[in-house]
Amino acid sequence: MAQTKTASLTKGAGFKKQEDLTLLNEVSSATAGVSHLEMCIQCGTCGGSCPSAADMDHTPRALFAMLRAGMRDEVLHSNTPWMCVSCYHCVVRCPQEVHIADVMYTLKSMAIKAHQYKDNTAPDFSQTFVDNIEAFGRSYELGLAGRFYLQHQPLRLPGMAGMGWGMLSSRRMNILPSRIEQIDQLKAILTKAKTLELTS
Amino acid sequence: MNKYIYYPGCSMEGSARAYAESLSQVAKILDMELATVRDWNCCGATEYLSINLIPAYSLIARNLAIAAGQVNGTNELMAPCSACYLNLEKADYYMAERPALGEKVNEALAAGGLHYKPGSLQIRHLVDVLVNDIGLDVIKSKVVRPLTGLRIAPYLGCMVPRPDYQHRWSDHEYPLELDDLMHVLGAEVIDFPLKTDCCGGHMSQIAPETAYELIRRLVSEADEYQADLMVTVCPMCQMNLDAYQGEANRFFGTKYQMPIVFFTQLMALAFGIDAKSAGFGLELVSAKKALARIGVEAPAPEPASPRRKPDGLPMPPHRRKKYASGREASDEKIAVAE
Ligand code: SF4
Ligand code: SF4
Repeated sequence: MAQTKTASLTKGAGFKKQEDLTLLNEVSSATAGVSHLEMCIQCGTCGGSCPSAADMDHTPRALFAMLRAGMRDEVLHSNTPWMCVSCYHCVVRCPQEVHIADVMYTLKSMAIKAHQYKDNTAPDFSQTFVDNIEAFGRSYELGLAGRFYLQHQPLRLPGMAGMGWGMLSSRRMNILPSRIEQIDQLKAILTKAKTLELTS
Repeated sequence: MNKYIYYPGCSMEGSARAYAESLSQVAKILDMELATVRDWNCCGATEYLSINLIPAYSLIARNLAIAAGQVNGTNELMAPCSACYLNLEKADYYMAERPALGEKVNEALAAGGLHYKPGSLQIRHLVDVLVNDIGLDVIKSKVVRPLTGLRIAPYLGCMVPRPDYQHRWSDHEYPLELDDLMHVLGAEVIDFPLKTDCCGGHMSQIAPETAYELIRRLVSEADEYQADLMVTVCPMCQMNLDAYQGEANRFFGTKYQMPIVFFTQLMALAFGIDAKSAGFGLELVSAKKALARIGVEAPAPEPASPRRKPDGLPMPPHRRKKYASGREASDEKIAVAE
């Protein structure tokens, strides 16, 4: 399974091997900015700088090696992008200026599109947040917490209620969401945006 | 007068009200004119980028397009929230670095009659603006109540000094701008080693145990340095460290009581503003004891009177059904805690 895409021989070049970089290129071109993903030298600085590394299935370095090896399923199933907290420690330390955190975002969206993730907690959270924005133009903190906790962590609610109550009583959570005036304009923009993809 | 176009971000109207209130006091005293981006929308935080790239960037760029078209005698766009700041900065930077992204985003914006030319705006975070534009000397000259004797852990978090596309910070991992700012207020600033570590971000929502550990690290370190309080520059950091500190304590069996306040609240205090107008009293871990050290009385807690709509909380139209019962249960539990 893991070995489906390995190196293939170039035409006529007896000893030279050419890697199949389809997956690497696909991820790189779907990432905002110039990802520099193909420049990764496997130095491991990223994993060594990462506060979430201990909870990750693969270090960022290992994940990028897997991308180069074309291991699509394994990469999309890895929890690594989902454990990334976007702290950018690795990004400022990477000697090759790989946009590591942005690559993590790309891998998350690819996993969502392919429905390949082990745990739907994080994807559902992101989707819930985005649903709020698409409906109101603003995010809605209380709705977010309420919807989210009930679906995934119902047992946390009693403890959380204290926090929710503290937030409410100090008026730090809005009861009503605010809606932007030009919500139709925003919807038109997002509808159009959803038909577009970054491929080249 | 220093003019800025101002992008508040969603939290400033909710969980970070103390930040918004103290900022408006501080801006008045420092003669800063803040013109809010007209009809601004949510920046998507760290969530939309994981779902779909072009819509995520188009969402951010709508704000950029409106701001750039807004005449205020300036092209400086300032955000007080770290996540908002980074998103705005990221969109501006990547739309230029990758013209194909710029084109696609503008194609989407055109559906709403908008356009944004990357590079039209300078995107700045509030701390950067205060330290580098207004200047520490001017800030120092406004101090009428020095915070002498107050021990502060300055906490900047991740997304302001990193990735720092425009090279505005003295260092990516150990910048001293916030330390210097607190210092001119007269406070005793501890050399806080975790000043740019992660607060847990959205992990407090999706993987609480991961977040608790990150919260514990920060709070226990500040406690070990005997800080009276920790200052933050970001609504998400403040929320994680303040609102989830109790949960983290329960999880680890610890008893930390580290007040987490916005740096502007201390600026307002030092400028002579009363504690309530500086947004004190909204924090969940009370700053009362810390304020007493500088002879300031903490405001009495606001009376609790949340009003709920009888038909429950409004939700986005789709999926309403699926979550209907959950919504009621949520109300119930919160009511029980009363
Ligand atoms: S730090 Fe950069 S070059 Fe080194 S392994 Fe990580 S991504 Fe590759
Ligand atoms: S940005 Fe993500 S991958 Fe990089 S160090 Fe931070 S958590 Fe780890």
